[in-house]
Amino acid sequence: MFRIDFNKLRFLVCDDNPHMRRILRTLLHSFGAREVYEAEDGATALEMYSHYVPDIVITDWAMPIFDGLELAQMIRQPESKGNPYAPIIMLTGHSEKRRVTIARDAGVTEFLAKPISAKGLYQRILNVVANPRPFIKTKTYFGPDRRRNTNSAYMGPERRVGEKHEVLQQPSLLDKARSSI
Amino acid sequence: MAKNSARDIEVTAFATHHVITQPNPLRKVLRRVEEKDMDDPVGRAEQALAGLSGEFKDWMTTEVNRLSAAYVVIRNDGFTKDRRDELFRAAHDIKGDAATFGYPAAAGIAESLCRVIEHAPDIEKVPAELFTHHINAILAIVHENTKLDSISVSAELSRRLRKVADDYLTHVNRDRPEHLEMILAPSIVPTQ
Repeated sequence: MFRIDFNKLRFLVCDDNPHMRRILRTLLHSFGAREVYEAEDGATALEMYSHYVPDIVITDWAMPIFDGLELAQMIRQPESKGNPYAPIIMLTGHSEKRRVTIARDAGVTEFLAKPISAKGLYQRILNVVANPRPFIKTKTYFGPDRRRNTNSAYMGPERRVGEKHEVLQQPSLLDKARSSI
Repeated sequence: MAKNSARDIEVTAFATHHVITQPNPLRKVLRRVEEKDMDDPVGRAEQALAGLSGEFKDWMTTEVNRLSAAYVVIRNDGFTKDRRDELFRAAHDIKGDAATFGYPAAAGIAESLCRVIEHAPDIEKVPAELFTHHINAILAIVHENTKLDSISVSAELSRRLRKVADDYLTHVNRDRPEHLEMILAPSIVPTQ
């Protein structure tokens, strides 16, 4: 059995609602976290993300200025100088399946629909800490692998091509980065 | 802690995508413990949340007053994008928070109001009563919670308002199949 040493984790919480921020702070501190930074809008959160380099971001969706979805998209910039790989947990009152899909396609790692519960939040954090997924970069997407299960029989329009037997030789991002230095 | 150095990151190129793998940067915070370990972080957090519950009534009052104020501005001066957005955010916050604060029926009514705001093809043509009935119901549940025959009356109120709102939305979206599909799609959150 595994436990998380929350006192070694740094969180960034972004929610425009002060009551929800208080609840999140209370839950995270109760789990054992010491470093919990708070932002009340996406723009402030992005600044704090660059400054504090949090391990995990927990963000609301609906916020003024720019929202949690835009925040996720800005963090998931593969060429950015910051860390584009941090787990993002979207905690939101949106509860429609299409919203989950939109969040997933913006690079969100986990989706947690309100009302919040201690158990739900803990499970999402445990999942991003213990079971990180590889990142995928396509022409239109950069973020954690959207496949949670392997289905080799999947033949839908978004099926990736070029798996193993179809590999085309291309320079990796890392090689490109090295060659540009 | 969360960022690996560039040399730890492996990028494998395929025809249409790159797969980027790296050692788990958060592995150091995982600690193996005995099965009999008695530490219960979730239980501790639930207790802490219960400790906040004395403030929930005040928080909920603040939330419904914000909703009410947002609608008063609209009623007096009409809809603009900013006013519509503020009304939506106020309702949306109640949808997300109210169940945590002990008002699940208010959450259901706020959800119904959010759907009206989101899916009405022309928000200025929505009957004012549809807004006022939703907002007044939420106000009544919060301000007179102890007077209402609590759970059953509130839940019935929520159910009826949702039906009225859904009937309206189904009618006005009859020629907009993509909205109809969203209106009729089930929520991912179990019904209270």
